[in-house]
Amino acid sequence: MKILVCVSVVPDTTTKITFTDGDTLFNRAGVQFIINPYDELSLTRALEMTEANEGSVTVITVGEAETEPVIRKALAMGAGDAIRVDASPKDGMYVAAQIAEQARAGEYDLVLTGRESIDYNGGQVQGLVAEMLGWPFINVAMELDAEGSTVKATRDIDGGRESVSVSMPCVVSAQKDLCEPRIPNMRGIMMARSKPLNVVPAVDKYDYTSVTKYELPPTKSGVRMIEAENAEQLIDILHNEEKLF
Amino acid sequence: MAVVVFAESDNGVYKKSSFEAVTYGKDLAIKLGTECIALSVGEKGPENLGKYGADKELNVTGEAFEAFSPQAYSKAISEIASTYNGDVIVISQTYTGKSVAPLVAVKIDAALVTGVVDMVNTDGGFTVKKTSFSSKAIAHVSLNHSNKVLTIIPNSYMIKQDGDDVSAESASVSVSFSDINTTITSTNKETGKIPLTEAELVVSAGRGLKGVENWHLVEDLAEALGAATACSKPVSDMEWRPHSEHVGQTGITIKPNLYIAAGISGAIQHLAGVGSSKVICVINTDPEAPFFKAADYGIVGDVFDVLPRLIKRVKEVKGLA
Repeated sequence: MKILVCVSVVPDTTTKITFTDGDTLFNRAGVQFIINPYDELSLTRALEMTEANEGSVTVITVGEAETEPVIRKALAMGAGDAIRVDASPKDGMYVAAQIAEQARAGEYDLVLTGRESIDYNGGQVQGLVAEMLGWPFINVAMELDAEGSTVKATRDIDGGRESVSVSMPCVVSAQKDLCEPRIPNMRGIMMARSKPLNVVPAVDKYDYTSVTKYELPPTKSGVRMIEAENAEQLIDILHNEEKLF
Repeated sequence: MAVVVFAESDNGVYKKSSFEAVTYGKDLAIKLGTECIALSVGEKGPENLGKYGADKELNVTGEAFEAFSPQAYSKAISEIASTYNGDVIVISQTYTGKSVAPLVAVKIDAALVTGVVDMVNTDGGFTVKKTSFSSKAIAHVSLNHSNKVLTIIPNSYMIKQDGDDVSAESASVSVSFSDINTTITSTNKETGKIPLTEAELVVSAGRGLKGVENWHLVEDLAEALGAATACSKPVSDMEWRPHSEHVGQTGITIKPNLYIAAGISGAIQHLAGVGSSKVICVINTDPEAPFFKAADYGIVGDVFDVLPRLIKRVKEVKGLA
């Protein structure tokens, strides 16, 4: 089984978000970059699945050279090799076109992504790749197993969860609970240095959206404190002034 | 040109977010000088979507649509869009919507923006605001392609109910079983619970509750209010509560009208998931808890003293006591 794991390189979850260039670009200065937490889950599960059976795990990212230290971390976790599509990711459609191209060319059986990236929060790439390839698609899986040419998964649905099965090749996105993310050990880190990281050019497709500006969400005007001994007042305010219930 | 809204229903009940999406679609159609077509797939709800702004209501039914599959549903939406010259598709960002929207975007060759939180700005283009950096920022995104698909975060748009009834027409879309390449082996839905992403009122708690045995305080307040329950990441990591209740950067992002946080200090990752709630109330023993800075109302106090008094007062106010 050949698994392609899509990895997005994102700011660490504790990052304070600021912008530059007239609020048109994310300010990378002093920011620590990490593997997108959901992608860490899909990578870990891919490694577990290929260790239990046979197979290989390749990671792919769409990004410029600055993403390579984070890709090395994915190799240190245990992926066999990596592909970096040398481009600045424009939007979900553009990234999906790059991944679909590589997935088709490399004849992978399973493409794994995270539920969404924690920077752009699109949650689009998995569905787009699946549809571009005409492959089955399981979104937000919290359990995932392969049996022969079948993939079985449990996915979140509105108000519950559902167990499904599809034939490979297919695309699955990972949700929390899929597994515990693997932490690279020293041997993995040493080995990662010599693993292949292939840089490939982007295919020129889709220029459908562009970010024109970023802004920070409106801040609260200030907190109104209520004494603990008058806690009931809070309910009266929510009922009478805010009219929330 | 037309705006096509996917009005999602679950076993013959429309989701509240579907009404929001229809009103959004109508207001957008007015801006674009076109009509708003509401499309339901499978068993639809009893309401007339004209009331929420639809100029036309279509219902696609058939065996292939009895269970949800992203493939069949995206085919229905795409084919209706082609038949009725729909160039803007509006979908509510539920789990169903998130699975369907990318498939529709590829099928009709559209620009796709998810996480939309406000009405489209049509001055000199087509720009929407979307949540980004896990709600720590808002991005203005320009869509530069003729066909467009938008998914709207629930609770982002005010429902209007001043429209006139329209007749619901049946429409047919043929889907073969080979289009549906997914086999559903079992479905497990919690009935009678308010889905967290759609809830208007949410009561949430963190480690300050000290143990799962105290969770009845959260559940009782939620029940009295008619709210959904949520929790912080440590609580879900310790398995006091299921991960489906974890709100925050790596959990679920919610945007309720009211978010009550008991015993949650308010780390930046937690605020990322809940910070855009309209009214935030924080109860914490630590007056220095960072959450107070992001709150509208705060009580410095012991949750074991404060929560029971809030529960009692809600019952009194609602005439339940």
